[in-house]
Amino acid sequence: MGVLLNENTRLLIQGMGAAGAREARNSLDYGTKVVAGVTPGRGGQEIEGVPVFNTVRQAVDATGANASLIFVPAAGAADAILEASDSGIPVAICITEGIPVKDMVAVKRYLRGSTTRLIGPNCPGVINPMALARAGIMPVDVYMPGSVGVISRSGTLVYEAVDQLTRLGIGQSGSVGVGGDPIIGTSQREALELFENDPDTAAVVLIGEIGGTAEQEAAEYITQMKKPVAAFIAGATAPPGRRMGHAGAIIAGKAGTAEAKKLALLQAGAAIAQSPSQIGATMQTLLKERGLL
Amino acid sequence: MKLHEYQAKALLTRYGVPVPRGRVATTAEDAAAVASELGGPVVVKAQAHTGGRGKGGGVKLASSPAEARQAAADIIGMQLVTHQTGPQGLPVHSVLVEEQIEIARELYLSVIIDNSAGMPVVIASAAGGMDIEEVAATTPERIFQQRVDPTVGFQGYQARALAFATGLDGDLLRPATALMSALVRAFEENDSSLAEINPLVVTTDGRVLAADAKFSIDDNADYRQRPHFDARDRSQEDAREVEANDAGIENYVKLDGNIGCLVNGAGLAMATMDAIMFEGGSPANFLDIGTQNNPDAVVAALRIIGADPNVRAVLVNIFGGLARTDVIAEGVVIAKREGYIPQPTVVRLAGTNVEAGMKVLDDSGIDLLRADGFAEAARMAVQAAG
Repeated sequence: MGVLLNENTRLLIQGMGAAGAREARNSLDYGTKVVAGVTPGRGGQEIEGVPVFNTVRQAVDATGANASLIFVPAAGAADAILEASDSGIPVAICITEGIPVKDMVAVKRYLRGSTTRLIGPNCPGVINPMALARAGIMPVDVYMPGSVGVISRSGTLVYEAVDQLTRLGIGQSGSVGVGGDPIIGTSQREALELFENDPDTAAVVLIGEIGGTAEQEAAEYITQMKKPVAAFIAGATAPPGRRMGHAGAIIAGKAGTAEAKKLALLQAGAAIAQSPSQIGATMQTLLKERGLL
Repeated sequence: MKLHEYQAKALLTRYGVPVPRGRVATTAEDAAAVASELGGPVVVKAQAHTGGRGKGGGVKLASSPAEARQAAADIIGMQLVTHQTGPQGLPVHSVLVEEQIEIARELYLSVIIDNSAGMPVVIASAAGGMDIEEVAATTPERIFQQRVDPTVGFQGYQARALAFATGLDGDLLRPATALMSALVRAFEENDSSLAEINPLVVTTDGRVLAADAKFSIDDNADYRQRPHFDARDRSQEDAREVEANDAGIENYVKLDGNIGCLVNGAGLAMATMDAIMFEGGSPANFLDIGTQNNPDAVVAALRIIGADPNVRAVLVNIFGGLARTDVIAEGVVIAKREGYIPQPTVVRLAGTNVEAGMKVLDDSGIDLLRADGFAEAARMAVQAAG
């Protein structure tokens, strides 16, 4: 089991440029079935031993691809997500950073009536270490199979949290990078639901950051969860009104502060890591308290 | 990026939103000329990217061209300090000279993106001219919202609902709803992330006008909103941030502390600042180097960090995913050799190509403080900064 990806995942990569080709290779080396690439105009070629097609539809028909990893540059990324959805891909994971918000407004609305779940954009992707299924850009060495799910807006903080867990001997059932943009396909709350319903997951790490109210919405769901949640919010020292790298990481109101988010998560019953170096330790304590370790 | 008020009003005018008559002036003489063109009393408003301009002395009333000249002479060239700018303030290079209007009522109107709904939302309130967040916190029942569904756009009934809710009825209904629709159109067609009219005024002679206007354009849309970005006023931004942007580093934010930070990934960069604070220190900047696999960008970033006179120590914290730690390490070595970062430098590398990265540092023979973990790195940097 695991969330979004499993043993039956057949991965397609849209945008087989340098990054796409490199991550195709990394995922293949990890053990993931990378079955196709799509780059318009390069159909018929092979890159990293993976057949390349002109359209997603052709790739799906020829290879049975059932998940797509998108590296298409920002100006064409919305188009790529819609193409994946229109071709019936159930899970589309968009790594691309810098997509105009207006494009994502249209994409989000279009996906509402479709069967495609979008992860990202501006995210590190998804990995299931139990199934050796990797659709993303994360370094695989830090992962260890286990039963903790990790959710994060930030890419590098996922690696950091997973590394801390692994060093403590706590394995992961998977990680989902939901993305750092204001409008994303799958919210933190929805990602929590995926892990709550996954039989292989025993507990969840949630890594949020300043800006917006997604952490408060996640906190509402945590009150209903059976599985324990440890959380960290990045950006306690960020000044208001400034965009901290991620387009979504800007404090526009009181709800957007790290303080407000930590309070909401604490009140919902999550264990809060006060320093980013304590994410792993906070989960370790939580697992011991619950008799899960 | 933000537009100046005069730019926002010019944009709104193109979409049919009524604004007070007026024009921007860059000299006192020019301001006097605008005042005499307008005839009658005027208001002279500092053009700077901040709210609270009036309290900071950036808005003055003038009843004659001579007074307008004097007001403009006082304002142009000032460093405008407000509750939003910090003690150094913002430079003022121009003023907007406008006719004074007879205000009967002040309202609030804006369009922003509702992240959760994934679409724009139009916000209206009869409580204008105030801090809207304060209104939302204390009297949320005075705030009205309508979402803009991208499949059909902003509808007439939605504009009417907002107008009736805020008392813009009777003869005001038509101009008010037309203004709202125009504002939404301007928001959408310009890849805006904020379009705010505060206050929206009803004049004593029954007109609806945008008395002030704030507009932000989505930075990600720069490639298709060239005219706005070409007219960007960089004097309103921190000089070091501008320098960083020019060097291809998008995500640098200058802060007040003394530990310079170079990190990959926005989340890790924020968390690094948090860890520094947790260890009792204070970050000098936020800097996400991103996934640039080119040592030149790292060198350029470290040069900017090292040149900040407040910086007493530098912390390089890299967890490689798409970014390669060996390339970052090469950049650090070059920056050290060139003398760009004379401050004690703590380096923590993990992730993609970390062995190669460590080797680059080892082989360089350069004096660096090496940290294994996150907390250790932050602690060492705080100690080194003293």
